[in-house]
Amino acid sequence: MVTLNHYLILSAILFSIGAAGVFLRRNLITILLSIEIMLNAVNLTFVAFGRALGSADGQIIVFFVMTVAAAEAAVGLAIVISLFRHRESLNPDSFASLKW
Amino acid sequence: MGSETIAFYLFGAIAVGASLLVIAQRNPIYSVLLLIGSFGALSGLYVLLDAPFVAVIQIIVYAGAIMVLFLFVVMLLNAPHEDTEFDERVHPLLRPGPMRFGAFLALVLAVELWWALARGGDTGAFPGGSVTSVSAIGKSLFTDYAFPFEVTSILILVAMVGAVVLARRDTPRERRERGGA
Repeated sequence: MVTLNHYLILSAILFSIGAAGVFLRRNLITILLSIEIMLNAVNLTFVAFGRALGSADGQIIVFFVMTVAAAEAAVGLAIVISLFRHRESLNPDSFASLKW
Repeated sequence: MGSETIAFYLFGAIAVGASLLVIAQRNPIYSVLLLIGSFGALSGLYVLLDAPFVAVIQIIVYAGAIMVLFLFVVMLLNAPHEDTEFDERVHPLLRPGPMRFGAFLALVLAVELWWALARGGDTGAFPGGSVTSVSAIGKSLFTDYAFPFEVTSILILVAMVGAVVLARRDTPRERRERGGA
């Protein structure tokens, strides 16, 4: 039988993978993808709690989270393109100076 | 073991495996494609949770729109390999200083989450009632959540304008004013 705990643990695993990706990877695009993994883990938590409480609010919040994720992806990728034009690199370590 | 349990473990394994491969890949294109697979598995989990609306927008919006945007940028930048020669030689978990600290932090987060969940006790089965109908969600969205919904449109507008301004190239006149940079 699948309980709420199962979904919460799965969500925790996914969130940890996303956090590890942000900490370990040295590629701006992969870091943005890891943030998406974390957002999805949180979405899963919202839907699971909404199901456990028998309310639609969890699903509605997921809707808003997806909107924010879309906005974040659009702006984040625009920044990545702009940075890549300056340095020809996607490594965050090459963007260490405040002004160039 | 019921079919629901089998489906849960199947989708969960796909989601975790694909996510792990996303952060293990060197080529961002494979990362994006694997993340789409992970989102497909999550969509299956939403179906198991009686949330067909979320399952469908997960596929249409996330896999269909956001990930295609990522794919588009990866192909536009045409810089598939991040790694320098140093990174080629050293295993990701054996890299020095900050990276090892990052791995440690991620591990601590995983342990903490596990500990918090294990202390929560057994939550038991899900109750019978659940909101599956899209019309109920829509009604709630346009009554109780009408204001956040409208604020969302402002957010999207700001993000759109911001993305255009950030990714735009300088016009020749701006370049001259900045001193030929």
